[in-house]
Amino acid sequence: MRGPARVVAIPGFGLTMGITLAWLGLIVVIPLAALVIKPWELGVGGVIASLSEPRVWAALRLSFGTALLAALINLPLGLLLAWVIVRLRFPGRALLDGAVDLPFALPTAVAGIALTAIFAPNGWLGAPITALTGWQVAFTPAGIVLALMFVGLPFIVRTVEPVLRDMGRDAEEAAATLGATRPQTLWRVVLPALAPALLTGFALSFARSVGEYGSVIFIAGNLPMVSEIAPLLIVIRLEQFDYAGAAAVGLAMLTLSFGVLFLLNLVQRWLRRGRR
Amino acid sequence: MMGPFRPAHEDAPWARRLLLGLALLVALVMLLLPLLAVFTEALRRGLPVALDAILEEDSLAAMRLTLIVAAITVPVNLVGGVAAAWCVAKFDFPGKRLLVTLIELPFSVSPVIAGLVFVLIFGAQGWFGEWLRARDIQIIFALPGLVLATVFVTFPFVARTVLPLMQEQGRDEEEAAATLGATGFQTFWRVTLPNVKWALLSGVLLCNARAMGEFGAVSVVSGHIRGETNTMPLHVEILYNEYQFAGAFAVAALLALLGLVTLAAKTALERVAGRRAGGAA
Repeated sequence: MRGPARVVAIPGFGLTMGITLAWLGLIVVIPLAALVIKPWELGVGGVIASLSEPRVWAALRLSFGTALLAALINLPLGLLLAWVIVRLRFPGRALLDGAVDLPFALPTAVAGIALTAIFAPNGWLGAPITALTGWQVAFTPAGIVLALMFVGLPFIVRTVEPVLRDMGRDAEEAAATLGATRPQTLWRVVLPALAPALLTGFALSFARSVGEYGSVIFIAGNLPMVSEIAPLLIVIRLEQFDYAGAAAVGLAMLTLSFGVLFLLNLVQRWLRRGRR
Repeated sequence: MMGPFRPAHEDAPWARRLLLGLALLVALVMLLLPLLAVFTEALRRGLPVALDAILEEDSLAAMRLTLIVAAITVPVNLVGGVAAAWCVAKFDFPGKRLLVTLIELPFSVSPVIAGLVFVLIFGAQGWFGEWLRARDIQIIFALPGLVLATVFVTFPFVARTVLPLMQEQGRDEEEAAATLGATGFQTFWRVTLPNVKWALLSGVLLCNARAMGEFGAVSVVSGHIRGETNTMPLHVEILYNEYQFAGAFAVAALLALLGLVTLAAKTALERVAGRRAGGAA
């Protein structure tokens, strides 16, 4: 629009901004400020001591390791589901499309006890897996990865799907015309175009998984140093009335996960620039 | 092999079948089986046992509490979410991106931390612990704490579903309404709301489903007093830990049904909204 700046005549700025700031401030900003301030009641040395307990290290390593691993495994699975939903026509496609959102809609505690029932040593899949491989899924870190895969899967499908749908097939046709084999086309044309969306899905899946609690605690076994996730450690410290110690773990979790998300964001920028 | 002509950019039929088979296998194991397990386990000892577990006193109290928490949470986040979306979509101001980031922040915060922050403020040894105890006000281990934690966790749902649509629709209609002398509420009610009502409803549904199903955040602030501060998901945990599996899965099945209904309603809403948008274009 050219000419003089438009005069915005829409009313309601003051009111809506007021409501928004009050809502945001009271529910999100002030409470999170408490998390940032509280640990330092222990003093800097106290916070370091509180966080350098081996049990804290083990819990943080477990939470971040399993969340990253689950998101990594979900990349091909999510891509597969998105591909099939967008590119193939088959009866029941709409149902599959809807089922992908199930982990969003199913309460986490329900998912937790359901996955535990399936993968317990006497469960539908747990029994055959143990009989065939000798591995136990439930009550081990493998169970944690599985629960986090369940929670994170729809994020990847739902970020890749729209990009795949908009992509069209021109580039693929061009590559094929120029003599590329199908695997070459997929690897050098399709995958690079989907990479930013895959990375976004990975980040969302990770962000959701790293703090996940409800679906994990039933299947985890919760053994200190082995299968005890960081959020559970927060709960345990709260039960011991160690508020500052709980806040220290919470602050460490948030700082680390924002650090990971920031790094992923940098990779994302690099990917987008490389494509142009 | 003399099959029909296939362009070189298409996958071979065997590859399509393989992909479809693998995808269905993933969906079966990762998505369908958990759902199936909930209902099978709930009915393992027969329908009467399941119904008894659902209609038992503590379980009814848990349902009541869950409904109360959702009935407070959803309107709070509805008003806040719509106000925030209006403010961001219809006006320009410095710090807008920061505001949007802050609104979406609760999605990347662990539910346990969502509960923890309110304990740090209102708990016995929190900032206002002494002050509240002196006045005999209970927030943590009581309804206000449950509501606060749930509002935090479900904070972004409404804003995030309505905002993109409001931004897409621009400001022209609202400016026209304002020029013609409509008040802010008239403009919202008659111009903006009809444009975004389906997305708004979908956001409310998702917010409600999460509010009723939230576990981690409420678990931290609840205190787990049976019949008093136990919501439905917490009741599932208690029954489960007491090895009352049939009861735990029966209550869980009820929650799963809520999730399924939400999912179906959301899909239906998207269809209606898609058809309207398609018809209008």
